[in-house]
Amino acid sequence: MIVALSIFLITIGSIAFHFWSPWWWTEVASNWGNMDDTIILTFWITGAVFVAICFFVAYCVWKFGYDKNRRAEYKPEDKKLESRLTWATAIGVAALLAPGLVVWNQYVSVPKDAYKVEVFAYQWGWKYRLPGEDGKLGKTDIRYINDENPFGLILEDPNGKDDLLVDAQELHVLKDRPVKFELRTIDVLHNFYVPQFRGKMDMVPGIITYYWLTPTRVGDFEVLCAEYCGSGHYAMRGRVIVEEEIDYRKWEAKQITFEKMLAKSKKKDNLQLVKKGE
Amino acid sequence: MSDDYEHKLEAKSDYVADASSASSPDVDSVPAAELPDQELYHSHSWWTTYVFSQDAKYIGIQYALTAIGTGLLGLVLSWLMRIQLAFPGLGWLDPASYYQFVTMHGMIMVVYLLTALFLGGFGNLLIPLMCGARDMAFPYVNMLSYWAFVVAVLVLLASFFVPGGPTGAGWTLYPPQAITAGTPGSDMGIILMLVSLILFVAGFTMGGLNYIITVLQLRARGMTLMRLPLTIWGIFTATVLAMFAFPALLVGCLMMTLDSLLGTSFFMPAMVSLGEKLTHEGGSPILFQHLFWFFGHPEVYIVALPAFGIVSDLLSVHSRKTIFGYRMMVWAIVGIGALSFFVWAHHMYVSGMNPWFGFFFATTTLIIAVPTAIKVYNWILTLWRGNIQLSLPMLFSLGFIVTFLNGGLTGLFLGNVTVDVPLSDTYFVVAHFHMVMGIAPILVVFGAIYHWYPLVTGRMMNETIGKVHFWITFIGSYAIYFPMHYQGFVGVPRRYFEIYDSPYIDTSTLLLNKFITIAVLIVGAAQLLFLYNLFASARLGKKSEKNPWKANSLEWQTPQMPPEHGNWGKETPKVYRWPYDFSVPGAKEDYIPQNQPPSEIVGAKVEKT
Repeated sequence: MIVALSIFLITIGSIAFHFWSPWWWTEVASNWGNMDDTIILTFWITGAVFVAICFFVAYCVWKFGYDKNRRAEYKPEDKKLESRLTWATAIGVAALLAPGLVVWNQYVSVPKDAYKVEVFAYQWGWKYRLPGEDGKLGKTDIRYINDENPFGLILEDPNGKDDLLVDAQELHVLKDRPVKFELRTIDVLHNFYVPQFRGKMDMVPGIITYYWLTPTRVGDFEVLCAEYCGSGHYAMRGRVIVEEEIDYRKWEAKQITFEKMLAKSKKKDNLQLVKKGE
Repeated sequence: MSDDYEHKLEAKSDYVADASSASSPDVDSVPAAELPDQELYHSHSWWTTYVFSQDAKYIGIQYALTAIGTGLLGLVLSWLMRIQLAFPGLGWLDPASYYQFVTMHGMIMVVYLLTALFLGGFGNLLIPLMCGARDMAFPYVNMLSYWAFVVAVLVLLASFFVPGGPTGAGWTLYPPQAITAGTPGSDMGIILMLVSLILFVAGFTMGGLNYIITVLQLRARGMTLMRLPLTIWGIFTATVLAMFAFPALLVGCLMMTLDSLLGTSFFMPAMVSLGEKLTHEGGSPILFQHLFWFFGHPEVYIVALPAFGIVSDLLSVHSRKTIFGYRMMVWAIVGIGALSFFVWAHHMYVSGMNPWFGFFFATTTLIIAVPTAIKVYNWILTLWRGNIQLSLPMLFSLGFIVTFLNGGLTGLFLGNVTVDVPLSDTYFVVAHFHMVMGIAPILVVFGAIYHWYPLVTGRMMNETIGKVHFWITFIGSYAIYFPMHYQGFVGVPRRYFEIYDSPYIDTSTLLLNKFITIAVLIVGAAQLLFLYNLFASARLGKKSEKNPWKANSLEWQTPQMPPEHGNWGKETPKVYRWPYDFSVPGAKEDYIPQNQPPSEIVGAKVEKT
């Protein structure tokens, strides 16, 4: 009796917790609200299964308690029932999978009009690089990284010279414009994660990974590293500010291009190389 | 279950040379033995009996105690981690030791506790007894397997005492951080971890070959594969998985050792480490992840399948009812085992591998839900119209159903690639895998220990202490992990030493963390009750009668209980049926042991198996 009641109460308690506890996701700030929708769908289907099975177990324990004068039913198999259950499960699983794959297809297909931002991760912090006027990010190589060239831009690549280098823990992005984050790390694995954006992708040394999103509301959000990257992992945070075009342009105007940055630095021969690249 | 077998029996009946067939009617005949009786090693000294034992029963107990001892360390580490998370103000840990404890906790629990306990512990104890064999096929190799495991554990523990401490790379040991300076223990700690794993795999391979060959070759006469208890099916299939999966881990460990010691670049691209350019170039960190998860996902089932098998038997015995859909259960175990090799990259949806893999791995992952669901249905249908005894093994089995169901369903969230994106690397994942491969299998372990304890010691464990232990463990661990999923929804990332000044996490989440930590401390402390019960009952426990649970499987039918060296006295048992003939209409008792000849149960309307 106590056992059946406990299982029953655990089930009821879980449902109550789900609906009335204060812990739920942060308000979405990107176009990936449909990820939330797939989660809701999954909750309804799996929740129904959870409740049904727990209630069934509680009922069995309550109803079929031991009695030494009684015998259990002797029924090793029931092919019809087994096959029905199998098909019902298969259908339920397909109902979960199909919408999931549709949304995944959107997630991995970057819209053509998305502008690019390079997210540059290191132990333990963030930097950013914008393509500048030409809309193209210059090529980089880890061997070029030094004090004058912290992003490791290849000096011979003309696309790099107007790149805007944001050597700060803060990035601004445009509201309602799709943005493709090109993710680069110079040391270990990291992951560029803003809870309100929902999106996520590891950054892997040696390759450029990416994902895209469209910010949908103005705000100031925290960036977290979501892939363990050593002792400072928990402190690897930054900020992303979503804003309207006017504010964004003001911020953009304050950023320094690679060419200007080299001009400021002492080693003029680097600058010469960039000029030659023109 | 097997009609073929009956035909063969008829065809062969001319030359069945069965000593008993002369005295009892033809219905009792079983196929002739195909191999001569096993010759056993007989120990002559205390050392060869209790320390370097070659008797699988002793090796099983050695494995179990070593694994549980190591697991206790894992438990203490989890306390320290949780105290840091809930009460960062205490300042007990610095980030480095926090990450080292996370890593060691994970590796110890998955490999050195659960794998060693289910396969090394229960496998050794139960395979020969349940199959009706006198011992494992290769007792000497079996002994080596255990001692290799001991050395692996010692090497692992040694890493706590080397400069830099144990590795803090996370249990997944992802390069490059595992072997670069930003991670604690990246010098000697990681090397000892890799060496320990290599030793574990070597030792496990010796044991695993034994389990497989014993099940295939040394079954008693009449024990067809489709008459094996599901416990054996689970352990057997898990061992086969391990034989295929562990080599991937082994090569991964070897390659990383070379990267670290010799400067090769299997997993190491050109990179900077804390401002310094390294000499590596051209390696692929993602390659390691593929190798790791090609091991790591089957590993989940290496732990889960024995638990599935054992819990099926516990449910059947303690509800005095035939396991529902035995054949489906066997095929589900085999099917899950096979499918488990095609889903590994669902751990890597956001790893930076080609995102188009997501479609394939999401599909295979959700397909595996179908045989898993069938198992759950069959467990609960076993309860239906049963005669349910709320004994300790049954209580733990019920706890398993609830927690496994919960953890399995949240697997549908994470397996479905899109849903995984916001949830991966958050506490949702931590909650999911602890529920499904931590709590659920551990509840089965407890149920199994309460169930088979009299077989090992001849005494029963104390029921009252056991019940207190059950309720605290079951309710407590549910209270730990169920709310933790919701921290994941909030977006609290895992592997964070502290988080609480984040603007999007409000103070109530902090409060929840404190609640979880207090529950962890209580549940952990309750395990002391279990340990007391485990050791004290060996002396103080009520003496058990033979076959105390009135089970059908062979381990309870030995001439002596606990079984002696060689298990079966003069003659190994003959098997006439599967182990699930409970409550058969017309039978005198509500159970018919596997070795009870048909001539003794004439009235029983038993289905052919």
